[in-house]
Amino acid sequence: MSTSTAAPVLRKTALNAVHRHLGAKMVDFGGWDMPVEYSGLIAEHMAVRTGVGLFDVSHMGDIQLRGPESLDAIQHICMNDAAKLRVGQAQYSAMLYPQGTFVDDVIVHKLSDNDYLIVINAGTREKDFGWVKSNAQKFHCHVSDYSDYYTQLAIQGPKAAETLQKLTSVDLSTIKFYWFKWGTVCGLPNTLIARTGYTGEDGFEIYIPSDEATSRRVWDEVLEAGKEFEIIPCGLGARNTLRLESALSLYEHEISETINVFEARLDRFCKLEKGPFIGAEALQRVIAEGGPTRKLVGLEVIERGIARDGYCVFNEGGTQIGSVVSGSPAPFLKKNIALAFVPREYASLDSEVFVQVRNAMVRAKVVPIPFYRRPKKQS
Amino acid sequence: MAYPANYRYTREHEWIEVTGKVGKIGITDYAQDSLGDIVFVESPKVGAAVTKGEVFGSVESVKAVSDLYSPVTGTVTEVNEELASAPEKINTSAHEAWIMKVELSDPAEVDSLLSAADYEKFIAEETGH
Repeated sequence: MSTSTAAPVLRKTALNAVHRHLGAKMVDFGGWDMPVEYSGLIAEHMAVRTGVGLFDVSHMGDIQLRGPESLDAIQHICMNDAAKLRVGQAQYSAMLYPQGTFVDDVIVHKLSDNDYLIVINAGTREKDFGWVKSNAQKFHCHVSDYSDYYTQLAIQGPKAAETLQKLTSVDLSTIKFYWFKWGTVCGLPNTLIARTGYTGEDGFEIYIPSDEATSRRVWDEVLEAGKEFEIIPCGLGARNTLRLESALSLYEHEISETINVFEARLDRFCKLEKGPFIGAEALQRVIAEGGPTRKLVGLEVIERGIARDGYCVFNEGGTQIGSVVSGSPAPFLKKNIALAFVPREYASLDSEVFVQVRNAMVRAKVVPIPFYRRPKKQS
Repeated sequence: MAYPANYRYTREHEWIEVTGKVGKIGITDYAQDSLGDIVFVESPKVGAAVTKGEVFGSVESVKAVSDLYSPVTGTVTEVNEELASAPEKINTSAHEAWIMKVELSDPAEVDSLLSAADYEKFIAEETGH
């Protein structure tokens, strides 16, 4: 058994002391001192699948684009068609390099006709902000980094709406998935309430002022409101297994500057027909050349063993054909699952491959992704 | 966390309880807590030779895999089969949920292992508390 601990200087969210007080295990995540788990990863994962869980996601970045040409700037920088957005709507999208690979995946929120909020990842914040700023230069719009203004909380799970409803006068049933409204939450006016998340469940992300007292108060009030549904605080460990079961992409894993949109299987969010944007030409070339040569697939490990990030994937003949980019036991599905890049000829469902798990070659098969899809809700 | 005084410990976070010539070996409460929810224990086979300081198996939690290092040299006489179906026993009772028993080829090796007090001091230093 060996363990390691490191203590570099890390950035902290306004809730850092709260996490430590709750006894969370803290880790360095993209330069941030973040909770990886509180009561236990499996319990936290299951709370989100069956009840409700609360995440501090304040490490995420927020870029605001404001001005008459902010839509044009976004259309130039992001691959999805932001022109289709209505005020109050959010959209999954990505920023691409000219070669059609990923700067980052993002969520674009249309605040008004001339005002957009782009939520970006923590580890790529500086890079993303620089990218938006330089590429938006030729447009008449103003780019601001609002990351430090907000504490962002994610309330996720089938009981998320019932929990949050106790704390707001906004009728949450009127907010559809990937839409948002402004309203009073815990007495705080003009709070952005978005029906978004990264767990594959129903849920909300709220943006509140980032001062410590306010952040702590809202955190406590959400936990109190969710008490009857056995809400628990959840860390990055559960966030990762939840997003993996739902096959949601993670930067430096399923998407990166060496992976293109088709390989990552995110082409349904990429609107080549909307007009030119950064990366579009390269992607057109990929199509003209017959499509990507490798693809992201879901693997279910058939034999005993856990396929983990970085493990190599082999064909029956013993030739290495790819590698696992994310892999873990799936707490809700109770299977060992993984996402891996393999050549197109191995990407069809039920194809069998082998994952090298330390000294053993373990059988795995290609299965549909997402591995988990939440049941349709009645409301 | 209570570390039994009659056990000896390694800096890699294994414990051993020696009775006569046989040592019962597991991982410490600190180790299980660092790993989180344990989902799989890879044990050696009965009859296998293990060497002090060398890997004899591994333990996997949801988020990580860690090698297990033998505190002593000897031959495996028994493995805890219960852990195959209930690896989480290590999370609930690390100091009872033993992984293997080893017949020691050199019982004097145990003298070089940490006492409970030394081990507690060691993890206090490692965690910076």
